[in-house]
Amino acid sequence: MTERMTGAQALVRALESVGVDTVFGIPGGAILPAYDPLFDSRKLRHILVRHEQGAGHAAQGYAQATGRVGVCMATSGPGATNLVTPIADAYMDSVPIVAITGQVPSGAIGTDAFQEADISGITMPITKHNFLVTDPAEIGRTIAEAFHIAGTGRPGPVLVDISKDALQQTTDFTWPQPMQLPGYRPVTRPHSKQVREAARLIVESARPVLYVGGGVIKAKAAAELRVLAELTGAPVITTLMARGGFPDSHRQHLGMPGMHGTVAAVGALQRADLIIALGARFDDRVTGKLDSFAPSARIVHADIDPAEISKNRHADVPIVGDCRDVIADLIVAVQHEHESGRRGDYTAWWRVLDGLRRTYPLGYEHPADGSLAPQYVIERIGALAGPDALYVAGVGQHQMWAAQFIGYEQPGAFINSGGLGTMGFAVPAAMGAKAGRPDTLVWAIDGDGCFQMTNQELATCALEGIPIKVAVINNDSLGMVRQWQTLFYNERYSNTDLQSKRVPDFVKLAEAYGCVGLRCDQADDVDDTIRKAMEINDAPVVIDFVVHKDAMVWPMVAAGTSNDDIKIARDMAPDWENGD
Amino acid sequence: MSRHTLSVLVENKPGILARVASLFSRRGFNIDSLAVGTTEHPEISRMTIVVNVEDLPLEQVTKQLNKLVNVLKIVELDSATSVQRELVLIKVRADVETRSHVLETVQLFRAKVVDVATDAVTVEATGSRDKLEALIRVLEPFGIKELVQSGMVAIGRGPRSITDRSLRALDRSA
Repeated sequence: MTERMTGAQALVRALESVGVDTVFGIPGGAILPAYDPLFDSRKLRHILVRHEQGAGHAAQGYAQATGRVGVCMATSGPGATNLVTPIADAYMDSVPIVAITGQVPSGAIGTDAFQEADISGITMPITKHNFLVTDPAEIGRTIAEAFHIAGTGRPGPVLVDISKDALQQTTDFTWPQPMQLPGYRPVTRPHSKQVREAARLIVESARPVLYVGGGVIKAKAAAELRVLAELTGAPVITTLMARGGFPDSHRQHLGMPGMHGTVAAVGALQRADLIIALGARFDDRVTGKLDSFAPSARIVHADIDPAEISKNRHADVPIVGDCRDVIADLIVAVQHEHESGRRGDYTAWWRVLDGLRRTYPLGYEHPADGSLAPQYVIERIGALAGPDALYVAGVGQHQMWAAQFIGYEQPGAFINSGGLGTMGFAVPAAMGAKAGRPDTLVWAIDGDGCFQMTNQELATCALEGIPIKVAVINNDSLGMVRQWQTLFYNERYSNTDLQSKRVPDFVKLAEAYGCVGLRCDQADDVDDTIRKAMEINDAPVVIDFVVHKDAMVWPMVAAGTSNDDIKIARDMAPDWENGD
Repeated sequence: MSRHTLSVLVENKPGILARVASLFSRRGFNIDSLAVGTTEHPEISRMTIVVNVEDLPLEQVTKQLNKLVNVLKIVELDSATSVQRELVLIKVRADVETRSHVLETVQLFRAKVVDVATDAVTVEATGSRDKLEALIRVLEPFGIKELVQSGMVAIGRGPRSITDRSLRALDRSA
């Protein structure tokens, strides 16, 4: 059916037709025509944010909480450039979002017109794909293509830049729109020969590790992963992006690898004779110094993006495919090996790993001066909010502690900025997650540095009825940078002292934004404060947890060093030989 | 390092040259030469890209190129099984004394004189990189005033076409 309408109406109809229910954005000159029909839409809820960066992170939080494509909208020029950080963040963490930006009228493009910025040029290296639309007839098809590209294959951000005149002119709108993407054919079905080879290596190996990355969560493959893990009996480690992809309570789970991973997980990788990487990308924060990473391991690498395979570490068995299909096929192939009497014996391996796990569990100390341990606060939030809540972190020490001391049982329960490491991610992403899943308890675990970058979205949360909980882990400083200054810069604390115990007053700030503000600086009050926050459901809650300044994240593999040089505390290395 | 010639078939869409070029620079690869033009099918452009990389990084850059939505197909053409040509225009000093020597050289290389002035001639030559480099070496002593080269273009030998299958993909999606 064809209808005559403006490009702006076509945009709104196309968004409705692809199933969008929530758009985060701010209007402005060039995108203004789109906001007029948006005003009438009964299917689209537009959430008016306070800064475009907030719209972008909210779209990311929405996408990660719901598994659907998140949508943000902004005007040309500064509106669009404010989306650059969330777009880059979504690109690094493979989060499916579509960003729609207004552009100056097509006749003015290239003239340095008011609020003109070449946003498709700017975002070229940080989008999966982007479009510049100047013909209203192309709006419908472009939206269909944008959502298809963002949500399929390796997910990622797609930007659609639409000139103002294309929004204003009339066009014929038809739906559905046939897509024209001859160059876009993601491979999802794995090659059976490679899968059989991987299964053979699994049963022949003596020291295997399942190295699980965010791809397992994106592929919704957690159930299959559990079957594979239990079938093989191999240990599992989950990266920062995969926390919750395998239950923390499971006996076979060794925790998180990497710079702040557990000794057991890092040690397992270094000693493994076989690493089965599932939707993981051998990031530098996981491998440490690359040429000393897992020196005796053969590598099975499964990923939906062929360019990830052998990018950092050579794969002996490359498998291109969707993680869910790969793992399902691996299960069948391993079963077949078992039926033929070939089964891996990992008894000796588990003896080593159990020894490491027993000797070097994650832990922390309560400060001697009686002040609050940040790890304790985060641990108690996890315990009281439980495994069904969503936890959204910013970037820094609090993020690592949230990865370490909250027990994740559900895939997608932990949302954070892994690849780009964007401070200020937590509040807007938690807002987006809560908007997408209003019945789920959403906790933002934030730092006092991060919180001050994007807390203006508390106004959005308060007015739009998005009651998130924000725990500000206030250590008065840019804690992770300070930790590096402590360890590597002779305790010269150059510009990391935020003095946020004095200014601003986070309780008053919360109240000014229409939220409930609470403060806690005693271990004895932590549980009551968390409970109080969880009883409030008609407003967002901000808790200023005033914590000890000098707490550090351990274990740590210092940047540029080998995983073998992991420290469990300052100048303290694990005793590998007597681990068991 | 070794030289590789990639034929990249792309959808003829605005911005595609920038996408390809920025991908090379972002991933840290230098392009030796790049030539682009339309093919027998107006919706498909063909880029011939010469890069100087090891085999492993070449595999990585090929995979990254393949991820560009507008890229249809990438084929590496080696010099044994393909015809590879560049074009060069050289403005060389040629006065009464040297003109006959210059013209002799031009003939030896089967090049052409395309413009003549009182003290210079402009020479057009096509050929493999080796041949053109040799020509330039021989003309150098006369005095090269200006020189411009096209990027290399290349096509596989034999009856098969690399555009056929890509066209079918394009037809299916239309």
